[in-house]
Amino acid sequence: MKAEQQLAYWKQNLTYIVVILSIWFAVSYLAGIVFADQLDAAGKFGGFPIGFWFANQGSEVVFVVLIFVYVWLMNRLDKKFGVFET
Amino acid sequence: MGILGWTWLIVGLSFALYIGIAIWAKAKSTGDFYVAEKSIHPVLNGMATGADWMSAASFISMAGLISFLGRSGSMYLMGWTGGYVLLAVLLAPYLRKYGKFTVPQFVGERYYSNSARIIALLCAIFVSFTYVAGQMRGVGIVFSRFLETSINMGVVAGMALVFFYAVLGGMKGITYTQVAQYCVLIVAYMIPAIFISIMLTGNPIPQLGYGSAVSTGGSGILGVPAGTHLLDVLDGVQKDLGFPAYTKGAKNWLDVFMITFALMVGTAGLPHIIIRFFTVPKIRDARSSAGWALLFIAILYTTAPAIAVFAKTNFIQTINNKPYSQAPQWFKDWEKTKLVAFNDKNGDGIMQYAPGEAKAATSKNEVFVDRDIMVLANPQIARLPNWVVALVAAGGLAAALSTAAGLLLVISAAISHDLMKGVLTPKMTEKQELMWARVAAGFAVLIAGYFGINPPGFVAQVVAFAFGLAASSFFPIIITGIFWRRATKEGAMAGMVTGIVFTAAYIIYFKFMNPAMNTAEHWWWGISPEGIGTIGMLLNFAVLVGVSLVTKEPPKEVQDMVRSLRYPKEAEHPAVVPMAKVGGH
Repeated sequence: MKAEQQLAYWKQNLTYIVVILSIWFAVSYLAGIVFADQLDAAGKFGGFPIGFWFANQGSEVVFVVLIFVYVWLMNRLDKKFGVFET
Repeated sequence: MGILGWTWLIVGLSFALYIGIAIWAKAKSTGDFYVAEKSIHPVLNGMATGADWMSAASFISMAGLISFLGRSGSMYLMGWTGGYVLLAVLLAPYLRKYGKFTVPQFVGERYYSNSARIIALLCAIFVSFTYVAGQMRGVGIVFSRFLETSINMGVVAGMALVFFYAVLGGMKGITYTQVAQYCVLIVAYMIPAIFISIMLTGNPIPQLGYGSAVSTGGSGILGVPAGTHLLDVLDGVQKDLGFPAYTKGAKNWLDVFMITFALMVGTAGLPHIIIRFFTVPKIRDARSSAGWALLFIAILYTTAPAIAVFAKTNFIQTINNKPYSQAPQWFKDWEKTKLVAFNDKNGDGIMQYAPGEAKAATSKNEVFVDRDIMVLANPQIARLPNWVVALVAAGGLAAALSTAAGLLLVISAAISHDLMKGVLTPKMTEKQELMWARVAAGFAVLIAGYFGINPPGFVAQVVAFAFGLAASSFFPIIITGIFWRRATKEGAMAGMVTGIVFTAAYIIYFKFMNPAMNTAEHWWWGISPEGIGTIGMLLNFAVLVGVSLVTKEPPKEVQDMVRSLRYPKEAEHPAVVPMAKVGGH
């Protein structure tokens, strides 16, 4: 991997990290804590008030999905730049 | 067979299994002892991490804690899972690329300083000891409740077992026993939850069941009309009794925010969790392993709020306003352990549950209930066979023992690898180092056992300490160590010391020196000692950046090492791009 490619690889990784952590913050701190009351008032999701659900279970489910999406994105990036470990 | 007989049988079988695994997985080298020769499959490592992570507190206390906090209890659910996202994207792959054995070793090499390594190893030992004391106590408590031994005898039995497999097997032995322990604990947790969910709502998936409507069978047990939503039932009865509605947050949102954040970054800074990602073969395995770990953890963590709702509703509906003479059998059984008690203040023979202390004369509440009962009495509440009760005991022991072993390994490696080999006697041979590692592990078990028998203060307070300290010490310096080449040794040491001193002082003041002041109006900005680690972490970052910018930049080799952490394979050509362009952040 050449130097310019290294730079491109790292920048792409940083972009992924920023996007993943923004979603991480939104589902837990925003949906589950700061705006939980407003979401609760907005309605129900499968029997659960929405804010309550994000705080109790939803954020954890999204966390798991986020990590596996990041794994998939990084494996694709590694292959694209020829640094996929075999 | 009775409950006691089944418990001895199942606990005995599980212990025999752990010993068998330990003999099979004996460590032969220091690589084996510290990181299991980096040969653990990512899915197995995920399971081991799950068991390493979920302690006696997660297994026994968490659901009960949530059942009394309502939605605010979610700070534990989110706080103790969200850190794995941080681990997967910010720490694990880069530290795996670094490829050595311990967290203090990384700190020492990245910050080109043995002093930084010593500060880090002291932090690692301190954090791990505060955490392990609670685990040994947990083993003793499970023994005393289920096997009718004394707490001390339980602690000694737990010590003997951990001594055997941690000293013999090191990381390799611990990993494979943790995989077995995960299986035991998750089965033990899920079976009662599934049966209670079917009983009350007819839904076999507890994670969904607690949002469902009460079934005909459930209506007979709870005495409410079938078809009403369980959460509405609980909200209603809580309000009738004078409690806040269950699905509403009872605590100040800023404090919940801060506690959640401190728990998440604390998770990502705990050495016994970080080193688990040193044991997988490849860098991408470190990422996927974090995903598997969180998946395995989330199975329990999404069930805990369901158990909280089932148990709380069932508890209120079957106890409140019922004559004591007709109390359910589980209530009578657990009265012996003093986890539940009835204090008939008005002498009418009827149990009245209300807010306030059951033991104090000032409140109307007549029923004392320890939060741990929500998990421990579950199988009996659901009228499950005796062997399920025994399984819960084995699950609690698995949770406590697996966490204790992981922590003891961190202590052992900090002493043998960082202090002895790294600083004091670098010329030591591998065989001598392995010897030291085993001796250190042995001593650590003895000290942990001592704290288990003579617990320092309140165990829960001590655990809050461990997270706050990990958040305010390790997390910032590891993150900047990976993402900012300009971070200097002076900055790291100043940051670590500031973060820890600030956080420790705040916790010690409110928890130990002046507990009378430990109320929201005296806290700074309303932040409780549990959440102050977040502020400690921010201070650490601020000091680290400030001091780094005014001190000499790190040597070129260190900057090159930091750059190499970013790529799974070495560069074909040495980087020719000017440093500023490669990204200083």
